[in-house]
Amino acid sequence: MTSLTIVRRIAARPSIVFDALTTPEGIACWWGPDDGPVLLAETDLRVGGRFKVRFRMLDGSEHESSGEYLEVDRPVRLAMSWRWTGGGEPEEAGEESRVEIDLRPIETGTELTFTHARLKSEASRISHEEGWNGALDKLVRHFTVI
Amino acid sequence: MVKLPESDLDRVFAALVDPTRRAILARLEREDSVSVTELARPFAIKLPAVMKHLDVLSDAGLIARSKTGRTVAVRLVPAPMEEAMNWLRRYERFWSASLDRLTAYAEAEERVAVARENDA
Repeated sequence: MTSLTIVRRIAARPSIVFDALTTPEGIACWWGPDDGPVLLAETDLRVGGRFKVRFRMLDGSEHESSGEYLEVDRPVRLAMSWRWTGGGEPEEAGEESRVEIDLRPIETGTELTFTHARLKSEASRISHEEGWNGALDKLVRHFTVI
Repeated sequence: MVKLPESDLDRVFAALVDPTRRAILARLEREDSVSVTELARPFAIKLPAVMKHLDVLSDAGLIARSKTGRTVAVRLVPAPMEEAMNWLRRYERFWSASLDRLTAYAEAEERVAVARENDA
């Protein structure tokens, strides 16, 4: 299965990071690939509860992601299903993916391990073998200058 | 954002999983056009096995083969790889940027909390 893993060290205690991840006020401040605004953030933070976040990118396009909370263990772990939706319709075919976030207390605050799993059946093995910035990226850089 | 159909993306990723096939692609990246015999030379596998790898790469649209006399030349077709990488990078960009801002937000909240605790 395909997965993307990102680790961040944050100078804030785990409970603050957890709330930033799960409250509408927090989500409104960070969610999205660029500095475009979050238009809507709804969270029903319990196992089986749903979340929905809509944001606008700087290019004007609007995107929405939604899913269900699968594990809620404040302040150490959060897991949720994930789907891109645009106007209520799936933007991308295929199954729901899964987001997992683990928060570990460290001396300076929190180590956050973020995983977006089940993206695609095969690509994960590549990412494990090569890393996301590995040999394939070199090929891509070559391709983009052609 | 992605032009290739889902099934084509799957074929590209499936093709890239194998180290021999990646080595073939890496060589084709360096050299414009290579004969099948020459491509097979560095590998400790027989020609028919190399041909099978080339079939997989060809089905994924990653290479093209052309025959001149008795020589079959292989060259890289860059577009499907580019599409597949764009697909992966869409997620990487999304989360990397989001987590940068999450970090800034949580750290500001922490400073507020510490200030509040110090006042108390």
